Amino acid sequence: MALPALGPALPEIILALGAIVMVLVGAIRGERATRLLEGGALALFALALVLVLSGTGKVTTFNDGFIVDSFARFFKVLTLLGAAAAILLSADSLRRDGSMRFEFPILIVLSTVGMMMMISANDLISLYVGLELQSLALYVVAAFDRDNPKSTEAGLKYFVLGALSSGMLLYGASLTYGFTGTVTYPGIAAAVQHGHPGIGLIFGIVFIAAGVAFKISAVPFHMWTPDVYEGAPTPVAAFFASAPKMAAMAMVVRIFVGAFPGALHEWQQIVIFIAIASMALGAFAAIGQSNIKRLLAYSSIANMGYALVGLAAGTASGVQGVLVYMAIYLATTLGAFACVLLMRRDGKAVEDISELAGLSRTNPWMAFALSMMMFSLAGIPPLAGFWAKFYVFLAAIDAKLYVLAVIGVVTSVVGAYYYLRLVKVMYFDDAKPAFEKGDIGVRAVLLVSALFVLALSLLPAPLLNSAGAAAKSLF
Amino acid sequence: MMFGFGILTGLLILPLVGAAFILAQRGDEASVNSNARYAALAATVATFVLACVAWAQFDPASPGFQMVETHAWVSDAIRFKLGVDGFSFPFVVLTAFLMPFCILASWTSITKRVREYMVAFLILETLMIGVFVALDLVLFYLFFEGGLIPMFLIIGIWGGKRRVYASYKFFLYTLLGSVLLLLALMAMYWHAGTTDIPTLLAHKFPSGMQTWLWLAFFASFAVKMPMWPVHTWLPDAHVEAPTAGSVVLAAIMLKMGGYGFIRFSIPMFPEASEYFASFVFALSVIAIVYTSLVALMQEDIKKLIAYSSVAHMGFVTMGLFTLTTQGIQGAMFQMVSHGLVSGALFLCVGVIYDRMHTREIAAYGGLVNRMPVYAVIFMIFTMANVGLPGTAGFVGEFLTLMGAFKANPWVAFIACSGVILSAAYALWLYRRVMFGELVKPELKTILDLNPREMVILAPLVVLTIWYGIRPGTILDAFAAPTEALIKNYQAALTAAKTAMLAVQ
Repeated sequence: MALPALGPALPEIILALGAIVMVLVGAIRGERATRLLEGGALALFALALVLVLSGTGKVTTFNDGFIVDSFARFFKVLTLLGAAAAILLSADSLRRDGSMRFEFPILIVLSTVGMMMMISANDLISLYVGLELQSLALYVVAAFDRDNPKSTEAGLKYFVLGALSSGMLLYGASLTYGFTGTVTYPGIAAAVQHGHPGIGLIFGIVFIAAGVAFKISAVPFHMWTPDVYEGAPTPVAAFFASAPKMAAMAMVVRIFVGAFPGALHEWQQIVIFIAIASMALGAFAAIGQSNIKRLLAYSSIANMGYALVGLAAGTASGVQGVLVYMAIYLATTLGAFACVLLMRRDGKAVEDISELAGLSRTNPWMAFALSMMMFSLAGIPPLAGFWAKFYVFLAAIDAKLYVLAVIGVVTSVVGAYYYLRLVKVMYFDDAKPAFEKGDIGVRAVLLVSALFVLALSLLPAPLLNSAGAAAKSLF
Repeated sequence: MMFGFGILTGLLILPLVGAAFILAQRGDEASVNSNARYAALAATVATFVLACVAWAQFDPASPGFQMVETHAWVSDAIRFKLGVDGFSFPFVVLTAFLMPFCILASWTSITKRVREYMVAFLILETLMIGVFVALDLVLFYLFFEGGLIPMFLIIGIWGGKRRVYASYKFFLYTLLGSVLLLLALMAMYWHAGTTDIPTLLAHKFPSGMQTWLWLAFFASFAVKMPMWPVHTWLPDAHVEAPTAGSVVLAAIMLKMGGYGFIRFSIPMFPEASEYFASFVFALSVIAIVYTSLVALMQEDIKKLIAYSSVAHMGFVTMGLFTLTTQGIQGAMFQMVSHGLVSGALFLCVGVIYDRMHTREIAAYGGLVNRMPVYAVIFMIFTMANVGLPGTAGFVGEFLTLMGAFKANPWVAFIACSGVILSAAYALWLYRRVMFGELVKPELKTILDLNPREMVILAPLVVLTIWYGIRPGTILDAFAAPTEALIKNYQAALTAAKTAMLAVQ
């Protein structure tokens, strides 16, 4: 039996081998190796990034179970950037809190391998394997501050609910397999193509939708998000909000568009419901939050709802909207979390929104950057977030989903209310003492994401074009 | 043309250059503040000079777009396209003209965070000019919405006691209206395949679609205008904003609503405009009569002027939807003259607010005894606000009423009563503030206008009277596009009626 072509999966293989080497180094050198391993993880991500970017065209391998196309490349780049940012954000702050272990960078690398598998999965089995690899690493990372009851609680909650959702996904996958006789996406698509999908298959789709909705923390499977964000160490929450969301969204898009194009009308209803519920809940529930991490958790729920608006359209322009949305969401979320990490006073991290009072006077540049992120998340032009919302709603209008679009823009106005509250606290309120000078890694992430948001605000064309090309590779 | 960019791009960039220069200032606070003031003044004056250069090149006889420039931007369908015609150019000049006065009016009254203040105003200037010069619908929306951010900060940071409430209300109200416009814009994009405004002006949208698009645009422009009953953000925003913020709001930002009607709603959705004309009339006359009555009962000077602005904008919407030459020209003229007069009135209020730090009408009285020059200037603007013949305020009201009389005499009749009411509240305000005995001890030492305030108000006095006597200097600017607008409107309606008859 000949070995399948390994070339397309080279970035994943390198990351996996790298992780194994890192484990060995860690086992031999112990905690002293942490800094080295952090550097190693960053180097691995950089190498994988170069390899991903150097690929072209559409190739499949492992009996069509693994696909690399421009859609996958687009999301892999985002995921790798998110993971690298997580290392930069966490290094100094976890060390200062005394919760840094050498396993941390290894777990990040392993979960990233899982995410890249999810993005490239072209059948239900490889999807599940990738998903579990990612999730298992994330469960541990959530509880990483193991002496802190809140962090342990976050890890446990995430684990129990995650296991439940994996079960649902698996159940849906087995139903799909049972009713179509195949697990590959093209095979399922071919089987569903003729006529209406049967009731059994629809059940399968519903269960799959429930499973993936959990992973992107969409309503009604969002309950874990605020608790995990609040309980997990802040850099871990930043990681949760960025890279895994990219991979999960890629998985959602590929499974619906790739495997069930024939059942568009069936899953479209589900996606529309999830999108509306997420946007509305994210907008309204965030109003009462005083903890900035919980606020960002609800904000990420709402943001997933907006991204799903693009998917609901079920067209190439809709998928393009999703891609643009996720790229801009990644930058703004990382920027916002970098600001949260910079909120330290008297050697302690503070998380209450009121602690930001008068930041525009004590640290004008951080206040400016955070307000830019907030206005961008609110979708106010000319900031990047406007283009994100613009393209998903553009697709929704094209698909004649008018009610969805109207509800979406109205909830975005509600959302603007709480994003404005941060701006108000920073600019209108009287100043509190200044924050401590932040870590270099955190400031670097903030600077890069702020520049990214600023650049996209003025010249969105390059991102739009590459997202458009990536979206076309799915259709 | 310089480096492939035209004069309109220059108008957008100049204030930003000023803002960047101010941000680059280093040193102790006093010198930074002083530099910021002078740099902002220099940038706004330079912008005005450039606008005058553009004016010299502007050909009022042509109904089409001029000084058009196009650059690649988002995609092939969404481009960075700028251009002006007779409807938009007066507002560009008005904006550029008023901004230096706004900076001067803030010279001493803004003492904290001067640098940020000047930067916010300069960015706001770019965004406001952008609204009027954008020839792409997405670009228009970008400027239209983007202006909310600096204004939100201006009200929220440098405003009065209830500034947070006012800034939120301003932001969220306007945003809610605008997001519907955004969706309509997308529907137009899919129908016409482009967001290029000249192309969309020539594009014919189906009747059923026009109704929805018109309503979505109306939601946005009615809030911005503001029309009754969605005007309630305006009094709050005006009262809490610093003087220059009120001037910008009243003089320029309100005009974006009217400009939107004339640029988009009427020419792009003619059938819907005809269908909804009586609806707009109803809202307009309610605004004229009701807000005039509300203005009568105000105890705060700024709030009174804010309500009077709503009433005057009622004349504008009424005039626009008469769809007659007189009505539209009158509405345009009313917008420009209201820009001058209401801006000047807020500047006048700023003068006494800077001295007494109160806007309560009851806190004043007998000012004429100590401030004769101020009393004369305030009288001129009050008369212009009432619409006294010989001032700029008269021409617009008269023309819109003439148009309304042609369209529907009852509308004109009710609106005329608004003119009487406006005289009532304006004169009563003047009596309470200026006349009577000067009995209040705080007012005994109040000083008349200083040279800086004279410099600010004198040009406005001259223009208010000049345009009252020679309105043709403005009217000619948009005579040609008005003719074209009415002609196209009639043609579209005739075509629609013929099509309907053919179906029957």
